[in-house]
Amino acid sequence: MKQHFFPALRLTLASIVVFMGLYTLLIWAIAQAAPNKGKGETVSVNNKVVGYKLEGQNFTEDKYFNSRPSAVGYNAAGSGASNKGPSNPDYLKDVQNRIDTFMVHNPSIKKEDIPSELVTASGSGLDPDLSPQGAYVQVERIAKTRNIPDKKIKALIAQQIQKPLFGLFGPEKVNVLQLNIALDNLQ
Amino acid sequence: MNTEILGVIAMFVIMVLLAIPLGRYIGKVYNGDKTWLDFIFNPIDKLFFKAGGINPEKEMTWQQSMVALLVINLVWFLLSMFVLMNMSWLPLNPDGNPSMTADLAYNTTVSFVSNTNLQHYSGESGVSYLGQLLLMLFQFVSAGTGMAACAVVFKAMKEKSTQTLGNFYNYFIKSCTRILLPLSIIVAIILMFNGTPMTFKGKAQFTSMQGDTVNVSRGPAAAMIAIKQVGTNGGGYFGANSSHPFENPNYFTNMVENICIILIPIALIFALGYILKRKRFAWIVFGVMTLGFLLLVIPSIYNEMHGNTAITQMGILQSHGSMEGKEVRFGPAASAYWGISTTVTSNGSVNAMHDSFTPLTGMFAMLGMMINSFYGGVGVGFLNFYIFIIIAVFISGLMVGRTPEFMGKKIEAREMKIASIIALLHPFLILVGTAIASHLYAHDPTAYAGWLNNPGNHGFSEMLYEFTSASANNGSEFGGLGNSTPFWNIAPGTVMLLARFLPIIGPVAIAGILAKKKYVPESAGTLKTDTSTFGIMVFAVIFIVAALSFFPALALGPISEFFGMR
Repeated sequence: MKQHFFPALRLTLASIVVFMGLYTLLIWAIAQAAPNKGKGETVSVNNKVVGYKLEGQNFTEDKYFNSRPSAVGYNAAGSGASNKGPSNPDYLKDVQNRIDTFMVHNPSIKKEDIPSELVTASGSGLDPDLSPQGAYVQVERIAKTRNIPDKKIKALIAQQIQKPLFGLFGPEKVNVLQLNIALDNLQ
Repeated sequence: MNTEILGVIAMFVIMVLLAIPLGRYIGKVYNGDKTWLDFIFNPIDKLFFKAGGINPEKEMTWQQSMVALLVINLVWFLLSMFVLMNMSWLPLNPDGNPSMTADLAYNTTVSFVSNTNLQHYSGESGVSYLGQLLLMLFQFVSAGTGMAACAVVFKAMKEKSTQTLGNFYNYFIKSCTRILLPLSIIVAIILMFNGTPMTFKGKAQFTSMQGDTVNVSRGPAAAMIAIKQVGTNGGGYFGANSSHPFENPNYFTNMVENICIILIPIALIFALGYILKRKRFAWIVFGVMTLGFLLLVIPSIYNEMHGNTAITQMGILQSHGSMEGKEVRFGPAASAYWGISTTVTSNGSVNAMHDSFTPLTGMFAMLGMMINSFYGGVGVGFLNFYIFIIIAVFISGLMVGRTPEFMGKKIEAREMKIASIIALLHPFLILVGTAIASHLYAHDPTAYAGWLNNPGNHGFSEMLYEFTSASANNGSEFGGLGNSTPFWNIAPGTVMLLARFLPIIGPVAIAGILAKKKYVPESAGTLKTDTSTFGIMVFAVIFIVAALSFFPALALGPISEFFGMR
């Protein structure tokens, strides 16, 4: 035991220097060449920061594309999910309420057109995206609120759709923040 | 074909294609052969040997290796307890986060030293940047520990008849510097250029388009996320782990991270083939593991893509699958694939919330951890598999009336006793732990009401999952469990401790004992271990010993929930 104790102690100190210190510094130094120097990329409108490129934010007003439900209310100081089990009756009631609320705000939409992500909370509580269907299903409401023809908004969504990686891998999606900024610019 | 499915297939294929050359490289590192990276790493390793006062040429017996392993882990334990309980006043704490209580620090310390990374705190508010970096240190060294133990077993399998099995410190340092470090640097760079933060600045503030004031947590995340994936650690920087947009910005990073989860565990199999010069044997092991993996992953993807049946009944569009706890940019297929990747290995990072998986996917995730050797953790995955090989050799030897021999060594009562104890330890820890927790809850549901986030069978699954994850040194969670209580900190903490070190010592002991025995050359009477028949035998042993011992518990949890929802 004793013959191993001092090597262990000294090795630990060396590991602290290399893996906590030098490795971190190296990555940090390389980060200075990364977008916004590794401090998180921001999105600005009129030179004012309105959000972070990767993180979703709360959009609940009728004039905006609404983002997904969030268990943490899009509070980016933390993050988290509902952790509700699929059979939990209280949770299923919540989902039913969200469907009903959506129907109230979007009376012209048929229930079978509401995609599941619009009524379920994301894993991080900060999901920045919707599926294209999740955006299209909100068009009529936004058109009415803003008094813009449907066609124009649909064209906007089509522009904003991000294709799968290399056109091959993963789902299509739309970034809600970018979409809403573009929507504001439409008028 | 559906792009989500295609993405999953691509991940698997790329992973295997990368693991083959990496395995060769790892084999060379442990053999001490020349590699093209020597010019960088020889001087670095020399510094480590000098700083540690170690002679890397000095041969150690298996017992000496294990003592060295335990002592250095003890040092880490003490260091971690000190920092976590005092970080509020230590440097690098821009957000003013508090120190941990003793029970939480114990859980977190054991969790990170044992390569588990069960997290009963939230990264944004529960640790300082110094704490995060210290935990990152353990992500390197705990992975290195597991790989070093595996290297000792490789060495034992390779030698004809020997007392000594190389130098533990040598394997340990080389695992950290030559394998984990370069891979982590590459992954960290990829992550940063896709938007993962790497900064020492504290929280940032902005006003959202609807006028809310939002604070944004940041920190030196990229460095930690890289090693968390490469070293099958899984402990995330942010509370939501790899579902957080900063930890896993897009589908590309998701593919990179998911490939890293299984990369080294598979590469180690190919490394074994290289070291023993028995490629066929390595492919048999890989085949058995992959068969198990596919049997878990395919139905999971199917279930998640078909959505929650209770929500389907509400009449909405389910073509996007079950999205509770999932992110749109990954979709249900990649989330299910990750869910199984992370549980068959001992990684435990998540890109979707396992608590909200459909019942059977949750069960397959648990089964991955209960078996814990379909790929398994870095190093320790093969050690678990080794136990099953020993048992399979013994049983099939008895069945066909041949002396049970493995790699030219007779397997006798002593080795079998160790193998049986280790194989039974895992179900013992999980089932006894869950039984105690269930007993407490059932006898006083009001006092422990904060424990469970979901009622009924799913609540039972939450407790079962926690102990399974702890005993598999996995670290993923059914996050609804109210786990920041002394019971949940101390009981799973102790399970992690036992389930880490005994399953390392056991296989190393067997390998060490076998290595000392006389080498028996292969003859007509030898049971061939590099045939698919033997592969199927190992698979059967795993299925019977590991999977079936958990069937009653699974029937009470996810299986009942599944039938209850129909």
